[in-house]
Amino acid sequence: MDIDLMMRVYPFFLTAAWTTIQLSVLTALLGLSMGALGASARLSRFALLRFVGAAYVSLFRGTPALIQLFILYFGGPQIGIQLDAFEAGVIGLGINAGAYMTETIRGAIISIDKGQREAARTLGLSQWQATYKIVLPQAARLMVRPLGVNLNMLIKATALVAAISVVELTYTAQRYIGSTYKPFEMFLLAGVLYMIIIYATGRAVAWLDRRVQIT
Amino acid sequence: MGLDFTVVPGHLDIILLGCAWTIGIALAAALLSFFGGIIFAVIALYTPWIIRQPFRLIEWVFMGTPLLLQLFLIYFGLVQIGIDLPAFVAGIIGLGLHFAVYNSELIQTAILSVDKGQMEAARTVGLSRGQALRKVVIPQAVRDVIPPIGNNMIALLKDSALVSVIGVSELTLSAQRAIGATYRPFEFYLVAAMFYYAINLCMEWVQRRIERRISISR
Repeated sequence: MDIDLMMRVYPFFLTAAWTTIQLSVLTALLGLSMGALGASARLSRFALLRFVGAAYVSLFRGTPALIQLFILYFGGPQIGIQLDAFEAGVIGLGINAGAYMTETIRGAIISIDKGQREAARTLGLSQWQATYKIVLPQAARLMVRPLGVNLNMLIKATALVAAISVVELTYTAQRYIGSTYKPFEMFLLAGVLYMIIIYATGRAVAWLDRRVQIT
Repeated sequence: MGLDFTVVPGHLDIILLGCAWTIGIALAAALLSFFGGIIFAVIALYTPWIIRQPFRLIEWVFMGTPLLLQLFLIYFGLVQIGIDLPAFVAGIIGLGLHFAVYNSELIQTAILSVDKGQMEAARTVGLSRGQALRKVVIPQAVRDVIPPIGNNMIALLKDSALVSVIGVSELTLSAQRAIGATYRPFEFYLVAAMFYYAINLCMEWVQRRIERRISISR
């Protein structure tokens, strides 16, 4: 193992890890927003909105994220959408993650007993109040853990933007493998950083999950 | 530059060939991940500490890093240690191992949830431990685990697009070839997405049928 080489290049990997973290955070925020919108659409009273929500989930979960990213980044300019690679990465991955999060959020909401809403309505709360004061707070508790799984997948999915040349961890590893022919060392550098990011996120989610549980 | 789908039919032959490659690679990787998953699960549950721990480490690395990075390691790493495999074989190995780890998690849980009495009964009628596992416990565990493994296989199909990055001419790279000739990325990536979606729908259909069969046989 070439320790010297690793010592020489690791600062570049640290910079790249920072880009991966930025990508992950922005993608997670967009994904959560899309997930909340998607779940609202899927649970809507209006058939058209339900259909749009279902189509969103099915299409974006049914095709590879890499292709979605390529359509947005390379195909976008043909329909007047000009994005740089980082923006395309965040938007593409965020919309993709949103489809998965839609199902997570929807699953948590529909698993809250119907009686909760009925009881709230009986007590004179409006439909909105019942949703925001009774159903959602309980559902939010159930969402933390599965959303953590979505987050874990999303962080690993940020590697895909290497294919559109965003200089994040995987792209950096790929570039150095190409120039040094030391695949194992470069994998080790990038892999350790990924695992630190994923481990830290996992711990944060577990902490949050414990905080929101009623014991 | 608007959209023009009239260029698509002229390159449909490359796309269809790529589609066949995608199905072949996904099938081969799925088989590898299924049997690999069983082997990993047995190692994780039934081997001594000294063998089990290194496997745990490998599992942990596979679950904590992106598939794309793993593909780079396997493709270039094999070359470095003198094994020069065609890209598609490296792709199958990478995809297969990656999903074997995820399948192993599911199979481990399923094996543990098979009633202990099954193993005891099998031992009592004279089967060895290995035979009892192979003929009694694992078949029952596998039945329980087929629906969630189906989800992993659908994920595998979609992730097979990643092997285009190491130069395997499957559906995604075929679309890129067509784009190289026509400069029409939107049209061809959309066509590729449609093919993936169609294969995906077929897999979901098969999965639903299998689930129904299993729930009847129970």
